Amino acid sequence: MTISFLLNGEQIELAEVDATTTLLDWLRETKGLTGTKEGCNEGDCGACTVMVRDTHGAKALNACILFLPQLDGKAVRTIEGISGPGGALHPVQDAMITHHGAQCGFCTPGFVVSMAVAHQAGDRNHNDALAGNLCRCTGYAPIVRAAEVAAEAPVPEWMADTLPPPADFPHSALSETAWSPTSTGELAGLFAAHPDATLVAGATDVGLWVTKNLKALDKVIFLGRCSDLQHITEDDTQIRIGAGVTMDRLYSFMRDKHPAYAELIRRYGSAQVRAAATIGGNIANGSPIGDNPPPLIALGASVQLRYRKYRRQVPVEAFFLEYGKQDRRPGEFVEAITIPKQPDRLRAYKLSKRFDQDISAVCGAFNITVEDGDVSAARIAFGGMAGVPKRAAAVERAIIGKPWRDQTLIDAWSAWEEDFQPLSDMRASADYRITAACNMLSRVLLEDLGAKTNVLEVRP
Amino acid sequence: MSLRQPLPHDAAKLHVTGAARYVDDIPLPANTLHLAFGLSQIAHGKLLSLNLDAVRAAPGVVQVWAYEDLPSACDCGPAVHDEPMLCDGTIHYLGQPLFLVAADSHLAARKAARLAEVETETLTPILTIDDALAANSRFEEGPRIWSSGDPAHAIANAPNQVEGTLELGGQEHFYLEGQASAALPLEDGDIHVHASTQHPTEIQHKVADALGLSMHNVRVECRRMGGGFGGKESQGNALAIACAVAAAATGRPAKMRYDRDDDFMITGKRHDFRITYRAGFDDSGRVSGVEFLQYARCGWAQDLSLPVADRAMLHADNAYHLPAVRIESHRLKTHTQSATAFRGFGGPQGMVGIERVMDHIAHQLGKDPLDVRRVNYYAPPGAAALHKTPYGQTVEDFILHELTEDLVARSGYHQRRAAIARWNAENPILKKGIALTPVKFGISFTLTHLNQAGALVHVYQDGSIAMNHGGTEMGQGLFQKVAQVAAHGFGVPIDRVRITATDTAKVPNTSATAASSGSDLNGAAVAAACATIRARMAAHLAELHQCTPGDVHFENGRVTAGATEMTFDDAAALCHHGRISLSATGFYKTPDIVWDRIKGQGRPFYYFAYGAACTEVVFDTMTGENRILRADIVHDCGASLNPALDLGQIEGAYVQGAGWLTCEELVWDQTGRLRTHAPSTYKIPACSDRPEVFNVSLWKGQNSQPTIYRSKAVGEPPFMLGISAFLALSDALSACGPNYPNLNAPATAERLLLAIRDVRATEQTALS
Repeated sequence: MTISFLLNGEQIELAEVDATTTLLDWLRETKGLTGTKEGCNEGDCGACTVMVRDTHGAKALNACILFLPQLDGKAVRTIEGISGPGGALHPVQDAMITHHGAQCGFCTPGFVVSMAVAHQAGDRNHNDALAGNLCRCTGYAPIVRAAEVAAEAPVPEWMADTLPPPADFPHSALSETAWSPTSTGELAGLFAAHPDATLVAGATDVGLWVTKNLKALDKVIFLGRCSDLQHITEDDTQIRIGAGVTMDRLYSFMRDKHPAYAELIRRYGSAQVRAAATIGGNIANGSPIGDNPPPLIALGASVQLRYRKYRRQVPVEAFFLEYGKQDRRPGEFVEAITIPKQPDRLRAYKLSKRFDQDISAVCGAFNITVEDGDVSAARIAFGGMAGVPKRAAAVERAIIGKPWRDQTLIDAWSAWEEDFQPLSDMRASADYRITAACNMLSRVLLEDLGAKTNVLEVRP
Repeated sequence: MSLRQPLPHDAAKLHVTGAARYVDDIPLPANTLHLAFGLSQIAHGKLLSLNLDAVRAAPGVVQVWAYEDLPSACDCGPAVHDEPMLCDGTIHYLGQPLFLVAADSHLAARKAARLAEVETETLTPILTIDDALAANSRFEEGPRIWSSGDPAHAIANAPNQVEGTLELGGQEHFYLEGQASAALPLEDGDIHVHASTQHPTEIQHKVADALGLSMHNVRVECRRMGGGFGGKESQGNALAIACAVAAAATGRPAKMRYDRDDDFMITGKRHDFRITYRAGFDDSGRVSGVEFLQYARCGWAQDLSLPVADRAMLHADNAYHLPAVRIESHRLKTHTQSATAFRGFGGPQGMVGIERVMDHIAHQLGKDPLDVRRVNYYAPPGAAALHKTPYGQTVEDFILHELTEDLVARSGYHQRRAAIARWNAENPILKKGIALTPVKFGISFTLTHLNQAGALVHVYQDGSIAMNHGGTEMGQGLFQKVAQVAAHGFGVPIDRVRITATDTAKVPNTSATAASSGSDLNGAAVAAACATIRARMAAHLAELHQCTPGDVHFENGRVTAGATEMTFDDAAALCHHGRISLSATGFYKTPDIVWDRIKGQGRPFYYFAYGAACTEVVFDTMTGENRILRADIVHDCGASLNPALDLGQIEGAYVQGAGWLTCEELVWDQTGRLRTHAPSTYKIPACSDRPEVFNVSLWKGQNSQPTIYRSKAVGEPPFMLGISAFLALSDALSACGPNYPNLNAPATAERLLLAIRDVRATEQTALS
């Protein structure tokens, strides 16, 4: 009935935790630790960034959409714990002062924590490490200068944390309406018994139901302790990704296998979001603009669903029935994703108003095999073009067996309308969506021909 | 010894350790109430009934107010009384507060605020510029028109003409700290307010007005804001009044902070504009006449829209001498959030208009836009004939000829333009563009009486100094700059000067910290207070040590009086024993400014601040995706009080300005609902969006006017350096075909892709 975690080196034991109290509210309102700020309350600005260490290492996470039960057995450092004993400054704090990295100072604690996490990991890709921290004053240049200078300094000894033993709750019950099972089998039993419960993995989506929609979650099952849900395994024919695998781990894994998918994951969410969000959550929430389904569909992946001990596999594209509706029965959950092993031909493009930490207007994935100059196989899928992530079946038919050249794409023009009638909304107009989607296919061809097509690869 | 030093922000250590306190961080008594507004879900209509039973019955709710329950109209308007805090029967926009909830937690108040049963009669909302024009819905009786010369004749008789239309989107401030306020009830009905505000005196005035108190009953304090950018000039009034009402009614402290989505839905943003132009020019590009129509979408209440629209007119010339000009400005009233102050205050919109004209002229003549800009520049200081602006102010300090030359050299503009042309010829899909644009920005509040400031300085008997002034700190480093002035005044190290929170009980009747005026006004007021005390000290020490006051010197933490030398601390103790007053107020008012806003004539500005930026971009003709690759900037801060803080303002302003014109897009749907109401949907620049190569230098010079140590204002002017990013994108578009791009802002990937069609005219492309 108690969760335990380290807070700035101090052991915390909490009994009778409300399942949906966020770490941010608890820090500010209960503990009086006001250094961690609320900027947006939806995980998009990073002002509430804290450092959380678990068995996979230290990560930056957004405290505003992190529920207290998710912290069991972990070690948390807030901005107050980044400084050392007696107020000694961490090298990133020192550099932020020297290089004028703070102006109004409100985003600064979040930046400092993200920088301290990257510093500890030896990560010098500052643009990426800081993509989830918004600053409205500095224009970021002095912050990056500070990060570059601090990178040379050693990690202070006070940053070392030893993980506390996780609490042992009887029957994994946090309360009468909240559970934290430790195995997938246990999860299967609980969810079958409570099919109306909300499953919470990283809470990057469910968190907003609570903080923005002010929804009361009657029953909650936390998935974070199901370590057997977090494995990536592969054999000769397929890759199996457990539903609880976080996007940052999938990112590392995909860099060698399908780099275009990895690049999509890099842009899909900030470091904070990637460290919390899971592949299973991104599939199961059924969003038409989730960025995992298009590449997974293009790769021919399947969703493995489980109810009690019964398992079934459905192709990813078949899982999404219509807007807001998936092929998932009560008590059934996404257990894993399987991807067939194949040579890498994947291309994936994400269009959004901003490159980093933005939801796609259009996300396209292309897996096109060309033999002797002709398209021999094609799997093409889009997000943002329909009420569900959708395969471009007519376009595929129109190019398969045809020469891989410009005229084939021009001839396929009418197939697009057969596949897609996108909507206009605040992210993009229907006209832009369909035009850009068509052009993405041309871009695949142009890349094959060696043309420069990616603005991110152009240097000054 | 501290003047002109690149010292860090005074609170830098507090910022990086999380110890800097903002309003929501101030410890308050446990019985503090937390407030939230219930918001309208329609843009225009009548409020027929408001059933708040469920709100009152919700867990934790202590009290609920509808308009009728308030002690007065609780007007929030900074200019005219047209903003009742709660809906008085007419609904003016989607997001308008209808009722106020006080509960025992922030979350309880937010939850309860969604439980009202609201019955409304929906009326057709006026949402767009076209809607407002069709309905003749506007502030003031008609358009403001300023003109000089005969532009119609000049245009008609010029060898060449251009005309066009430009749409400019608004901008959300996105201060990282949302609006916040707290009020503590004091004895005898007095109220103490902590507010995140650029304008404590306005809060004091509005709270007193709402509660029927005198201003001396209300004390408003602000140590710092987590960003302001103009968004906390008037938009905090509602929260402070709500807290004061709740505190007065219940006798309990009350705190209110907007959730981010509420902040977007309730508060005003930068005005979006439509500008149409017509210009006549010779074959060198020299403009002989120009006409502008400026349409400003002001939202539902007047707020600061009139001076914003005025400033857009005042910057319709930017850096260019326009021999004949007519500017017609329409201030349109719509059923949307009331647009408000935002860094530049209309200046940026006016300036984009004329920069667009320069660009369009160059395109038509096939010239480098920089050549057209320079041929139209105002005359330099010392020229035989100085030029006047369209509003009759002589431009005496125009340094842009030399500054531009410096930037051309630093940026390698000409070589890079040639290299870009070659690169574009080799790359069919990606195109690069470059633009170099100048900024001339007028410094002073155009409402002349606002150009005043007060200060209060104490020297304690141990030699420590406490400094207070009417300016507010929102991250710009004002407090540190002014502390440097104070330390210099007494010849002591900066750490002897304690900066204290802005407080209406210490310095009264202050102006908003706005119009970039903070250091000019408050620096001079503090310098005056320091000079008063120092003169008293010098007189006393001279008498003690048989010398003249002129022989008393304050330097390096020491004071010499004739042959005697002592520490400043000892000097302060001696003066205290000698019964010398060691406390003084200081006051400053900007000299020499006169302005008639109806005629559009006078000298509204004490001086101009200048700068120029050169930006290079690349964009993808298949998707419209684009990036800033490099920016080079030279900016004029006069003789800088603190070059590090000034540099920070310039870098940050450039990125914010470029964000306004590129990725930041506000989208309202057909019902008037703002669909981009959080960082998930409204995208300010992120870390990787800053220019990969970013070279910023300060112009070596000094203000020709005797401002505080010959420095210049820096808050707003560099914002408009971001215009170069917009015009660089337009330049890249020009590489796609023969027609002028007519690019609108924000230049999102979508707008760029659609603009290509027009640029290419009849050219057929692969699939677009």
